[in-house]
Amino acid sequence: MSYYNEMYEGSRVREPYARLSQWVETMPADFRQMKQAEAEALFRRIGITFAVYGEGGDPDRLIPFDMMPRVFEQSEWRKLERGIKQRARALNAFLRDVYGRAEIVRAGRIPARLVYQNEAYEKAVVGVVPPRGVYSHIIGIDLVRTSKDEFFVLEDNCRTPSGVSYMLENREIMMRMFPGLFRGNRIEPVDQYPDLLRRTLESVAPAKCHDRPTCVVLTPGHFNSAYYEHSFLANLMGVELVEGADLFVDGEFVYMRTTQGPKRVDVIYRRIDDPFLDPLCFRPDSMLGVPGLMDVYRSGGVSICSAPGAGVADDKAIYTFVPEMVRFYLGEEPMLQNVQTWTLWKDDDYRYVMEHLPDLVVKEVHGSGGYGMLVGPKSTKEEIETFRRKIEADPGNYIAQPTLALSTCPTFVAEGLAPRHVDLRPYCLCGDRIELVPGGLTRVALREGSLVVNSSQGGGVKDTWVLSE
Amino acid sequence: MKLRIFHQTVYRYDRPVRNLVQSLRLTPSVFEGQRTHDWAISVSGGTRGPGFRDGAGDWIEGWTVRGPTEEVTVTVTGRVETRDTAGVLRGYRELIHPLAYLRDTVATKPDEGLRDLAGSVTDTTDFLDLAHRLSAGVSEAIAYAPGQTEFHTTAAEALAQGQGVCQDHAHALIAVARLRDLPARYVSGYLHSTTEGEPHEAAHAWAEIHVQGLGWVGFDPANRCCPDERYVRLGSGLDASDAAPIRGIAAGQGIETLDVAVNVEEVERFQTQSQSQTQS
Repeated sequence: MSYYNEMYEGSRVREPYARLSQWVETMPADFRQMKQAEAEALFRRIGITFAVYGEGGDPDRLIPFDMMPRVFEQSEWRKLERGIKQRARALNAFLRDVYGRAEIVRAGRIPARLVYQNEAYEKAVVGVVPPRGVYSHIIGIDLVRTSKDEFFVLEDNCRTPSGVSYMLENREIMMRMFPGLFRGNRIEPVDQYPDLLRRTLESVAPAKCHDRPTCVVLTPGHFNSAYYEHSFLANLMGVELVEGADLFVDGEFVYMRTTQGPKRVDVIYRRIDDPFLDPLCFRPDSMLGVPGLMDVYRSGGVSICSAPGAGVADDKAIYTFVPEMVRFYLGEEPMLQNVQTWTLWKDDDYRYVMEHLPDLVVKEVHGSGGYGMLVGPKSTKEEIETFRRKIEADPGNYIAQPTLALSTCPTFVAEGLAPRHVDLRPYCLCGDRIELVPGGLTRVALREGSLVVNSSQGGGVKDTWVLSE
Repeated sequence: MKLRIFHQTVYRYDRPVRNLVQSLRLTPSVFEGQRTHDWAISVSGGTRGPGFRDGAGDWIEGWTVRGPTEEVTVTVTGRVETRDTAGVLRGYRELIHPLAYLRDTVATKPDEGLRDLAGSVTDTTDFLDLAHRLSAGVSEAIAYAPGQTEFHTTAAEALAQGQGVCQDHAHALIAVARLRDLPARYVSGYLHSTTEGEPHEAAHAWAEIHVQGLGWVGFDPANRCCPDERYVRLGSGLDASDAAPIRGIAAGQGIETLDVAVNVEEVERFQTQSQSQTQS
């Protein structure tokens, strides 16, 4: 398999990387090692050691940071940006629809059972239309590239995608360590993200809020692997970071305890999963949530971002229908392609997949973090046969995709630069407008030849540049 | 039937509690079989919070009590005029798709016993007939025996034990109906006892099964019948916990005990005063 190298075309350096190439060539090896150590020390000092995307593993482990940036030209990015915004609009339209009249189901464009029997479908919010009809306010869309012009969406994350603090910190650290690089290249900034996020949250305040909305970040607590990110974002937005016990319901509203007495809260950016939000509506044993929150939410007294129930749009089985959503709701052709996906609960797909296991990637429908998956071409015969038995036991729990030729970016390894596979997660903000900062989080598979970028499987991160015109 | 209802729940705490929050599903459903007059909910020392009709058609009311308090009383009074609709929930407005009620919960998770019971009904192609026979099967399999099960008893456990109360009958019927691919849900409400000494309580629960062509139809395996004019429907959910008329939680270390009094009595006629209130 040949892979698209984002920096080199044969031995020629592609235009966006021209200046970086000089920078690398003139960098002495000992200087690079010193800088790499400095970067690690900086990351440790800030305390950014959590696992991305709830992957589990050692929460105190540092995710390796690669100093070689990934670069997009302005025109490349514009195209991606349009595709991401289009997808975000379709996903929110889908959520509005399936919690309302469900026209897409009535029209037979998506199977009813896939929606209504989905674990993430919350019947408690049927008929509840959140402000501006937005259910998912921060959508993380995972993209991979296979050629100059071909990008594919691997998955959508409509609940509470994490990792954006890495995007911000990667840039911060690069600018601190190599200020010269940023003088010599015109790179689109990303540090406006916290302001955009706050503006997005404020723009979806409930109708009952008449002043400037009070927003908070609701965290499950410091033992959560992404706690650093929760406090980081609250701090940069200038809003309070709260736990469930800091909030309470009184009458028709939610309040936060403060030293000056109770303060009404209008918008909650929650980093707690649906089942734990409110013991009076969901899991009765949840200690993390706010009792009565859902009644206030459902009667329009507070906004919750993302809206409870938003997860039904990002399930791996629903994923196959996103292009259909774009056509159905927007009347447009999807600008971003899905990866071809076989769903193993269909007989034809099942037969095909079982005959081609060594060539395919097989994933659990509800799996994440690169666990519970089979990368056919990288697996031994025994591994494939073991996985085959798992599929046979529960076909409905799996989907399969072709092994994609993920693009590579030059990455620092012991011997210098070497190509490593990458993906990209941009963060799309949906409120009164749909916006995203240029770039996103680039994850890189540090092991040679590996196609799995998850940090639990030896992945690292890179600063991602979008060049100005 | 004209029914007068009095339902009082007293929560007592051995130590004072604060910030008590409740979500109440205590208002009779609006459909052809029921007309409600002068319904009143009150919570001692409480503030009425949000009230709204949810996607399942239930009226939900939130209440908060700041406290500190050692006792909270939830009182419901009102009158309901009922009509027999042969268990069919006709003229009811709801938004949730029936397929959302095929999902299992801990209380309704199937096991071998439930699978056997669900599979025991054969040679029928009619969904209504199937539902009736599943309900009869549950009545046969679980004898009415108060005190043998508790709130957290699952359908599988009750069936294995062969004993239970209305909650267990409802859970078991829901489980077997879902196994036969019929959407099913738990309904909580009141029941007027017409026969002296009949073994049922005024606070009652039964199941609804979604039957193609008819919509939701009530089945009460505990009493081997479909809900008629003796029944007052309050609300529904995936299981007893999801459909609970009162869900509440308080801050503090106090240990809770509760007393429930429910009285459903038939009256000749409603007082003129109460009727004029509903029209105002």
